Amino acid sequence: MSDTIKPAGNSTDDVGVLDADGQPISSTQLGEWSLSSDIPREETTLSGDWEMVIGLEVHAELSTNTKMFSPATNHFGGEPNTNVHPVCLGLPGTLPVVNGKAVELSIRLGLALNCTVQRCVFARKNYFYPDMPKDYQISQYDRPLNINGWLELPSGYRVRVERAHMEEDTGKSTHVGDSGRIHDAGYSLVDYNRAGVPLLEIVSHPDVRGPEEAKAYVAELQQILIATEVSDGKFEEGSLRVDANISVRPAGSSELRTRCEVKNVNSLRSLGRAIQYEAQRHVDLYESGDKPVQETRHWDEEGGRTRPGRSKEQAEDYRYFADPDLVPVDPSPEWIEEIQASLPALPRERRAALVELGATVDAAVIAVDRGLDSLAVGAIEAGADAARVLSHVANNLAVEGAASLDSDRFAELVKMETGGDLTATQAKTVLAELLVSDKSASDIAAALGFEAMDTSELEGLVDRLIADHAEEWDRFVNGDDRERGKMQGFFTGQIMKATKGQADGKVVNQILSARRG
Amino acid sequence: MSEITTSGPSDSALEIAAAVRAGERSAVEVVDAHLAQIEAHEPAVHAFNVVMAEQARAAAADIDARVAAGEDPGPLAGVPVALKDNMCTNGVPTTCSSKMLDGWKPPYDATAVERVRAAGAIAIGKTNLDEFAMGSSTENSAFGATKNPHDLNAVPGGSSGGSAAAVAAGFAPLALGSDTGGSIRQPAALCGVVGLKPSYGAVSRYGLIAFASSLDQIGPFTRTVADTAALYDAISGHDGRDSTSIPEPMEATVPHLDDGVAGLRVGIISELFSGELASGFEPEVLAQTRAAADALAAAGATVDEVSVPSTIYGLSAYYLIAPAEASSNLARYDGVRYGHREDGAANTGGMMTASRTAGFGSEVKRRIMLGTYALSAGYYDAFYGKAQRVRTLIINDFDRAYADYDVLLSPTSPCVAFPFGAKSDPLTMYLNDVATIPSNLAGHPAISVPFGAGRDGLPVGVQILAPMLKEADLIRVSAVLENAAQESAA
Repeated sequence: MSDTIKPAGNSTDDVGVLDADGQPISSTQLGEWSLSSDIPREETTLSGDWEMVIGLEVHAELSTNTKMFSPATNHFGGEPNTNVHPVCLGLPGTLPVVNGKAVELSIRLGLALNCTVQRCVFARKNYFYPDMPKDYQISQYDRPLNINGWLELPSGYRVRVERAHMEEDTGKSTHVGDSGRIHDAGYSLVDYNRAGVPLLEIVSHPDVRGPEEAKAYVAELQQILIATEVSDGKFEEGSLRVDANISVRPAGSSELRTRCEVKNVNSLRSLGRAIQYEAQRHVDLYESGDKPVQETRHWDEEGGRTRPGRSKEQAEDYRYFADPDLVPVDPSPEWIEEIQASLPALPRERRAALVELGATVDAAVIAVDRGLDSLAVGAIEAGADAARVLSHVANNLAVEGAASLDSDRFAELVKMETGGDLTATQAKTVLAELLVSDKSASDIAAALGFEAMDTSELEGLVDRLIADHAEEWDRFVNGDDRERGKMQGFFTGQIMKATKGQADGKVVNQILSARRG
Repeated sequence: MSEITTSGPSDSALEIAAAVRAGERSAVEVVDAHLAQIEAHEPAVHAFNVVMAEQARAAAADIDARVAAGEDPGPLAGVPVALKDNMCTNGVPTTCSSKMLDGWKPPYDATAVERVRAAGAIAIGKTNLDEFAMGSSTENSAFGATKNPHDLNAVPGGSSGGSAAAVAAGFAPLALGSDTGGSIRQPAALCGVVGLKPSYGAVSRYGLIAFASSLDQIGPFTRTVADTAALYDAISGHDGRDSTSIPEPMEATVPHLDDGVAGLRVGIISELFSGELASGFEPEVLAQTRAAADALAAAGATVDEVSVPSTIYGLSAYYLIAPAEASSNLARYDGVRYGHREDGAANTGGMMTASRTAGFGSEVKRRIMLGTYALSAGYYDAFYGKAQRVRTLIINDFDRAYADYDVLLSPTSPCVAFPFGAKSDPLTMYLNDVATIPSNLAGHPAISVPFGAGRDGLPVGVQILAPMLKEADLIRVSAVLENAAQESAA
């Protein structure tokens, strides 16, 4: 991928992400994104001349108080079968009533994904399964709420969103027996707490070309869900679930070949691995003269492979039809406008604001992902150096409560650091204290007895080190770039050790460069 | 011919309520009189799946206490009401006359049940029906057929045969039934009582165990038109628990009982009277329908024949739409959570299949299979989709007819009560609903009013149809027919 990261200081409008000692972090640690006019796409990670075609279906549980069609509480956890009501248990005679809040949140996400919001119809998806109380799921079929949107990745590439429709979640089965699988379970238990929880299913076009792009899409969608308060977006609680439709084709072709739907992907990391595995499986099949069959497969995290789902004796036929118990939902233009006006700044816009202030895209992605962008913007606007601000955000602020740090106090710290009153290591210590105390950065530094070492003292130390480590110095002076970088790290490390971190890494580097001549 | 004569309580609901509210009669005495009638004749009729004797006496005592305390327990104070056993009653078995739900006790009351209780009525029992309301004779009950009180060798009609028989036999002045394709009006006709299918959305379906959701509607059975008006007024009105419930306020019908029919434009549906379809109707039924039209004309209405051409397609459309919805509505009876479960299967899927095979009767299975087929990929457009378009045609035809007529008239059923087993071929049985189905497909209200006798002296019912929410017009026409029938009988 193109080199998007330049050493800090080379350009005032391109501030890279720096590590604790002011060194640039390589772009690969952040994922392979870049911003350029022609939006480079992920290069194929497949053998031979193949490319991936990936469509993503993301299920997000909506942050409502009650369920999609039932007055029961929508709450994760709880004793089994306690968050239930006759309606979500599907007891005979009960009828669904649409949760208006769920519709509002669904429209919110639709608008954030640039969708057209339309009059929509609920449909029944019929299939027998014990964790589904009515043996049909109320979903949307040919008239979904949101259609024809797009989601822009940090790279600038837009993945088209086909639809984002409302539906209800199922319960959860536990199979008790030796294997934990349904086939040889002694018996099964069903918990209907989750049954009827409102879901939004967001379906992308098959526009995604690789595992990293898929991860970027889901990460971005997760950010949008959280920013708009539509969902808490937690993979670990199942409030965010991803299915990937995967096929491959000869690179550059426009055909769509047989796809497999991979389920049970429970993290971004799994998503990337599952896609890579499944796509390569297709390639291997084609190259051995075989071909994949259209099926649902499950990701086996431990085995690092996909496996076929439960075998289907016949093709699935969900017998969709409009649910006669419900009437169409027809959001008024006024309501849609009102919701549009209430949308907060989206991650894309928040990143742009940071880039405007001098951050790189990569740095902006991290700051927004961590919800620390308004802190960063505040500190930069208060006069703090953007590069140092974003370096702290990336390296030292991945902690609970960081977002509530006062930006002026943070700015004071950064200014002390860039003014030479604190070394990078000292600044880190003071920053940790800032998060837990009400004191100002200067008071904390004074209390800790921090003052930067003066340059002449450091020069003496560097000269002694050079004398004691002639071989390393020779490698620093005469080695290639890689060797030089390594030795620079060695000398800096030794100085930091000798000064117990009080030395300013930037000054040490300047002295080393001057001595090299 | 063996017959239950109405030697039991024959007072109308409104007469009873007036006496109870005035403190002239005790509700306990009213309930006891009806329980005595049930004890005497229920073994012959089998109208009930459950008689709620203890609950009814307790509720009656409560009504009496409230009257004694100076309260008004409501317009139906102390009146026994029989409930079709597909309406949920909190803690009381609700079975749909199916082995599948035998013994199941709902944890809640249906809205209509709540409302009759709120009006002071006393639930006296749960009545028999064709399993899951699928049938026209109550012979499809898993618990045995109900007999027609006018002829114990004849069916009471169905599917609400138990409710119709209970009212006809004097077990209760009021009953609630449900009507998906005629299941209130046809048994009302065969049992010689009044039966109203309200406009779709006028009465909440919450707590009514679904057969075909877009067609099902709860409605009253009574012996008098005035009682039907009072019971309809008590149960109708918006309910937030039913998304298809009509939000607009509903017109009370009781004030229109004496409006008469002067100037009212009445159209006899020619397809159901003089057309080819009607050639299979019993001549006595057609003659009484003509007599009813004449009675309305004599009371000042203008009467003509009017064609509603697409009504002849109603039956075909209905037998696609209703089974399609039923196939989905009845999926939940899988043995997992409640109801009948067969043990011994190797896995969950096997348990579901075995439970459904054992729990459902043959007519229910037939309709589930029909509906599953009609909704299948590749057949949806040809069957379910087309049936829905026929539905639109029927609505349009009715709209055209109602441009020129205020109400329409037809026989309710092609025949009077028929002997058990006479219509064992399903298609012959389905033809019973030919006159009643179009109203369900259109969502319009319709009523069956007893009008004279037909073959073997058995009761004939005539049907009056009206546009959406025009129940008041049905009531005023029915009141005129009720008077005319009484005068001609006297």
